[in-house]
Amino acid sequence: MSRTRSLHILRPGLLSTVQDRGRYGLQHLGVVPCGPMDPVAFELANALVGNRNGEAALEITVLGPEIEFECAALVAICGAQFDVTLDGRALPLNRPVFVEEKSHLKTGRALVGSRAYLAVAGGIATAPVLASRSTYLPAGFGGLEGRLLRTGDVLPLVPNSPALARSRYASMASKKTLSNGLRSVTWSAPALTLPEREPIVIHAMEGRHHALFDAAAQRAFFEATWKVTPDSNRMGFRLAGPALALAGALEILSEPTCLGTVQVPANGLPIALMADHQTIGGYPKIAEIAAADVPRLAQLMPGGTLQFARCTLPQAGELRRVLRQRLAAALRTLTWMYGE
Amino acid sequence: MKTLRLSPLGDTAVYAEFGATLDLELNRSLQALAVALRARAVPWLRDVVPALCGIALHFDPCHPQLPDAVLEACEELLQDCFKSASKFEDSGRTVEVPVCYDEEFGLDLSDVSQRTSIAIKEIIKRHLKTQHWVLMVGFSPGQPYIGGLDPKLSVPRRATPRTRMPIGAVAIANAQTAVYPYETPGGWNVIGRTPLTVFDPARDPPSLFAPGDCVRFVAITGEEFVKLSRPPH
Repeated sequence: MSRTRSLHILRPGLLSTVQDRGRYGLQHLGVVPCGPMDPVAFELANALVGNRNGEAALEITVLGPEIEFECAALVAICGAQFDVTLDGRALPLNRPVFVEEKSHLKTGRALVGSRAYLAVAGGIATAPVLASRSTYLPAGFGGLEGRLLRTGDVLPLVPNSPALARSRYASMASKKTLSNGLRSVTWSAPALTLPEREPIVIHAMEGRHHALFDAAAQRAFFEATWKVTPDSNRMGFRLAGPALALAGALEILSEPTCLGTVQVPANGLPIALMADHQTIGGYPKIAEIAAADVPRLAQLMPGGTLQFARCTLPQAGELRRVLRQRLAAALRTLTWMYGE
Repeated sequence: MKTLRLSPLGDTAVYAEFGATLDLELNRSLQALAVALRARAVPWLRDVVPALCGIALHFDPCHPQLPDAVLEACEELLQDCFKSASKFEDSGRTVEVPVCYDEEFGLDLSDVSQRTSIAIKEIIKRHLKTQHWVLMVGFSPGQPYIGGLDPKLSVPRRATPRTRMPIGAVAIANAQTAVYPYETPGGWNVIGRTPLTVFDPARDPPSLFAPGDCVRFVAITGEEFVKLSRPPH
């Protein structure tokens, strides 16, 4: 008889969803990839527990969940700095921690940043939908019944989760039992996407319809300080600031949008499209955020502020290469810590 | 066909615009182009999205094989595929969509009737009569933008969008028909409702509509609507 291996959700937190790398290849049917809002922290969390293939993890937001582990597991939390305890003992972030059976993990508030990833060795084993475990909230599928976690939910882990935890922890370099008794290591992953001093600087290219805005709006977009409003979510970040006006009346045909598109609806306040955005939009696009800066934007809290810095397509490519190199270097180090 | 304008959508996608106005013939060749592009299985290309008068190519910005000059690479790919795409035929599929145009479902029928000065009965007749095509699928999973609406029925969007469209709402605006798969906000004029499930991830294929499909609307009664609706779970 195989026992079920699972996480019991005692409190769901503010906005906790299951996410893997995302659901690609279906945008022509209106299905957007979803996936982690901060894919960099997501990859690091997985690497910390020895997962290599974008295994499903828990994305936790602003106020984290309380979880009971039915079985032993190897976990890591990476991304925003949450206040986390395991059976009342401070749990270190950005490093693997061996969690005993029946342990009680309590994540509090995010202190810096807003989103973190709780990865478990082997991954979360909810049923894939259209080849992905990512939760797609707007259409209600993927993850756990396509919705936010609730109190009483049971999240399945892979059946060999405890065995994986033991063997991976055993193979790790520089293990250390912390002064509070938790079994972890002396090394950690770097935080690559935490927001620095606000307003944070987000690089963006002029969008397809930039020239259709009036001169004041074109200037204001790159000069104003924008505030992320509380009604922002995984679909889009709504930004408060000066209203951006078009130079004249305009009705554009709906056309494809993508992650990081900044569109401006009739009220003049921009919306930056995030992981769960619609695939097609009919609002003019004033800008497109550089892909390398989307994870940092995703870490802003509601009320957080940003400024857009104009960049060119080659500059966006350079930012991407730099981020990719930093991530690749961190992932190489983590792999090496697993004795490979 | 020539590329009118190739514009980056940031550094993760490119939008190739072949025209600025809705053109059914152009749209049909875009569907064929999308099929040809997908058949290439370019490793760094994640999504190919044919739209009303252009096509978006979404790529993996971290793929090791992503060319440095990605715009040029996309242009070359588009030109090249267009040659083979011209040999493609339509999907040949016709999706029959039962619609109940009763008053309780056709929420904006009287409004459309006033704005077009066409009687409700005649609106329904005209909606049923013409040949329709799926021009694009998007916004929410499975939501079709369907062309071929009788030009006399072309009305703008409602001044105030509804915050929740009924599931299965059949709505018209700007010379097109849309069918709403989910209770999303929507500004189009609702003329009826279909009992069909527009998108179901557990079904193969999940989407009732695909770009390039022909669509035929069929009028049903309220009783037939109830009979065809899936039992509530």
